[in-house]
Formats: sequence, C-alpha cells, structure tokens
Amino acid sequence: MTVAPCIAAVEIARLEKCYGPLKVLHDISLKAQPGEVISILGASGSGKSTLLRCVNMLEVPNAGTVSIFGEAYKLEQSPDQPARVTDRRQLQRLRAQATMVFQSFNLWSHLTVLENLIEAPVHVQNRNRKACIAEAEALLERVGIADKRNAYPAHLSGGQQQRAAIARALAMHPKIMLFDEPTSALDPELVAEVLKVMRDLAAEGRTMLVVTHEMGFARNVSSRVVFLHKGYIEEDGTPAEVFSNPRSERFRQFISKYAH
Amino acid sequence: MNLLDVSFLGETFLALCRGIPLTLQLTAISITSGALLATLLAALRLSGNRPLDALARGYIFVFRGTPLLVQLYIIYYGLSQFPELRRSFAWPFLREPYWCASLALCLNTAAYSAEIIRGGVISVPLGQIEAAKAYGMGQLTLLRRIIAPQAIRLMLPAYSNELILVVKSTALASTITMMEVTGIAAKLISVSYRPVEIFICAGAIYLLLNFSITRLLRLVERRLSRDQRPLVLATGEQA
Repeated sequence: MTVAPCIAAVEIARLEKCYGPLKVLHDISLKAQPGEVISILGASGSGKSTLLRCVNMLEVPNAGTVSIFGEAYKLEQSPDQPARVTDRRQLQRLRAQATMVFQSFNLWSHLTVLENLIEAPVHVQNRNRKACIAEAEALLERVGIADKRNAYPAHLSGGQQQRAAIARALAMHPKIMLFDEPTSALDPELVAEVLKVMRDLAAEGRTMLVVTHEMGFARNVSSRVVFLHKGYIEEDGTPAEVFSNPRSERFRQFISKYAH
Repeated sequence: MNLLDVSFLGETFLALCRGIPLTLQLTAISITSGALLATLLAALRLSGNRPLDALARGYIFVFRGTPLLVQLYIIYYGLSQFPELRRSFAWPFLREPYWCASLALCLNTAAYSAEIIRGGVISVPLGQIEAAKAYGMGQLTLLRRIIAPQAIRLMLPAYSNELILVVKSTALASTITMMEVTGIAAKLISVSYRPVEIFICAGAIYLLLNFSITRLLRLVERRLSRDQRPLVLATGEQA
C-alpha cells in the first residue's frame, strides 16, 4: 500500500445538508480507510443516497467538509445562499478519483458499451485512446459482457447495463468507488450477476461506499455497516457487531423486515 | 384552349426552374444564420440568468407572434425611414431586397429554432448528464460529448419541419420584388393570365425541393438513431 494508513480515503466531517427548510443530513462524520467496504443502510428517505452524493459533490453540503485522500473539496457555504463548489478543476480531479455507479445505470445512450468505457478516460483524463480500448476490452471480459462491446445500452438487459456501468467506473482507475443502490432497479434474477462483480471488487481491496438494500451483501461482503435514520447515523460497526448486537431499536426493526 | 396545355406546362416549368437557385440561396442563408442565432437564443434561455432569459423570451415572443410578411415589410419598407440607418455601414445591404428577405427569414426561423434546440437539450436524460459530471467532465466536454449529440437527434424531427417551412416562406420574398420561384410565377401570370398551370408548376417545384430535404434528413436521422430500440406503436402481434 502506497498510502500512509493515517490518511482516510474518504473523510466526512460534521456534514449537514438541507433542501430549503428541510434538513436531510444532521452532523454526519464518517471516515473510510483505504480498502474498507462500507455498506450504508437505511429506509428510503433516511438520507443515505444524499450522503453518498455529497462524496462527489452531486449534492453540495450546506455545512461540514468532505475530503478525498486528505484533500477537502473547496466549498462556499453561507446560510443565505445555496452552497457551491468554488474550484472546478479540483472538483473534476477529485470526482475522477471517486467514480459512481448509479441505480439507473446512466450509461450514455448514444455511445456503444466500449465507447462508454473509454469516454471519460480519453476526454477527461486525456489518456491514450488505443491503450484505453485495450483496457476496456479486458474490463468487459472481466464483468462478463465482452461480446456486447459494440452494442448500445438500450439493447442490453438491466444486469448487463449495470455491469457495463461498473466497468465504466473501473476504467477511470478510481481510488474509491461509490455505489448508489446498484441493484435496486434490477429484476431479482439479475441481481446476483451484479453482486458477484461487486464482491470480486471488494475482495481486491478497493475502497467502496455502497448504498444498498442487499442485506446479504452488507452482512457478508462489507467490512463495515452504517445505518442512517432520518439523517442521523444510528449504527456504525462491523457487520458482525451490528447485525448480531444492534444498539439501535430502529435498526433492529429495519433488519427484521428484511430477515424473512 | 385546353385547360391543361402540356407544352405550356413544360415551358413554364423550365422558366420557373430558373428561380430555384435564388430560392435555395435564401433558404441556405437564412437557415445557417438562423441556426447560429437560434443556438445563441437557446443558450440564453437555458443560462439560468433571469435578464438574459427574459431577453430571449421577448425576442421569441415577438418573432413567433407576428406574421413573417409583416416582419419582411418592416425591414424592407420601414428601415429606410431612419436617416441614421441610411448613413450606416449596413445600408448597402439593407437597401437590397435580397438581404432584407434573408434577414427577415433568418430572424423569424431563429425564434422557432431556438425553442426546438432548447427542447432537444432539456430532453437529454438528467441521469446521463449527472453521470458525465460524476466522471469529472467539465461544462464544455459535457456539452460537446454528451448533450449535443443526443440533443441533435432529439430535435431533428421538429427541425426538419422548420426547414420545410423556411423553404416555403421564401415565396414571400416575391412580394419585395425577388425573382425566386414564386416571383417568376407571378410575373408569368401577369403576361399569360394562366394561373392554374403556372401555380401547379410552382407548387410542384416546392414539393420537389421539400421532398429532397425530407429524404436527406431522414437519412441523417436514421444514422443518428442507431442506438435506439425500434419503437413499435402498433398493437397486436408486431409489438
């Protein structure tokens, strides 16, 4: 490991997020060490997706800081104006290090699968196109859709689209991967193929923040589980700790709903 | 006298064909300059800046809400009332009916096209724009690589409508002495008093021009839509 263990991959400190008068995240602090796989659980409306979107500034927090490997996003936060990012170059650089996989895939529909994979590496990171293509082909092989390289997203199943989207995220050589309910839009029989790819990534020691409803993934794959309720962190620990001995009554109720 | 004299029809057709280059020139000039102005107007509409948005809105309101013929007359007959304008660098252009017609068509089509462009841009799925941002794309790359290619495809059907309307609108230039297809037709009628044959020929020429344009656009549309699943609206076994 080249990174000193004291620098967190993601550090969220005293973060607050409001939509108008509605406060959706209250004083959130969370540190992800390199190699950690953190599952973020919570009922819908608990703020878990918003929290994840604050890590790459798709949502700009109204208070608090977010740092990627020790570098904090430069923000302008004042009570009477919407919060905003002040340094666009830094924003783009940090975003490329923490790539996101979306619930609804969000592949670029006018590009083929292969073109989707090389788009940002070539046009954002200015890497060599040929090298990117070779690498993209290897990534597609890895997620099991090498035969779909020239297909357009609309011609793929949901599971294939999400695997392509994960390959697209990997093509950026990210230090951190953010998953926003990656299996929630999939038919039950397609969930397994996406989870398998994510399990392999976790085994490689990648830093992953995963917002999910998959209790199996949270329990068996992640190294840490965070439970959000109404914008507060209610539970934070290893899967063994939180699942066998939940401190929060709400988390107890939450897992009992999924334990049928 | 025969109602439809074939040899007269042939002669008329050939005579009217001499107006095609001018019709096409007026179309080409107004379409290209109109598209540029429309892009600017659409950018103002989408800028998120209230005064700029209001400016573009006002422009579109005026030019969509008044007849093209009125706009043409104001430019051709009206502008010469202003001595300052007659002394300005623009006068050598503005006294020519050719440039007045081009200007009126350009200003008019820009108003319609701006809304078509804006419609195309806002139809690009938000999730894809968000993905581009999340992958570190800056505004320009996002616009060039993700928004523009999709917006162009989305706006093409509406825009081909607009192109056809412009081709037909060039006929109004005949009212300010331009000898394009309709201008020549009017002149022929005044000497031959045979409006039926002459206008049938003129109509056929416009049909032919628009047929070629729709064909061309259909090719472009098909090429840009390779990523789409075929949409079948018919109910029953094909669906």
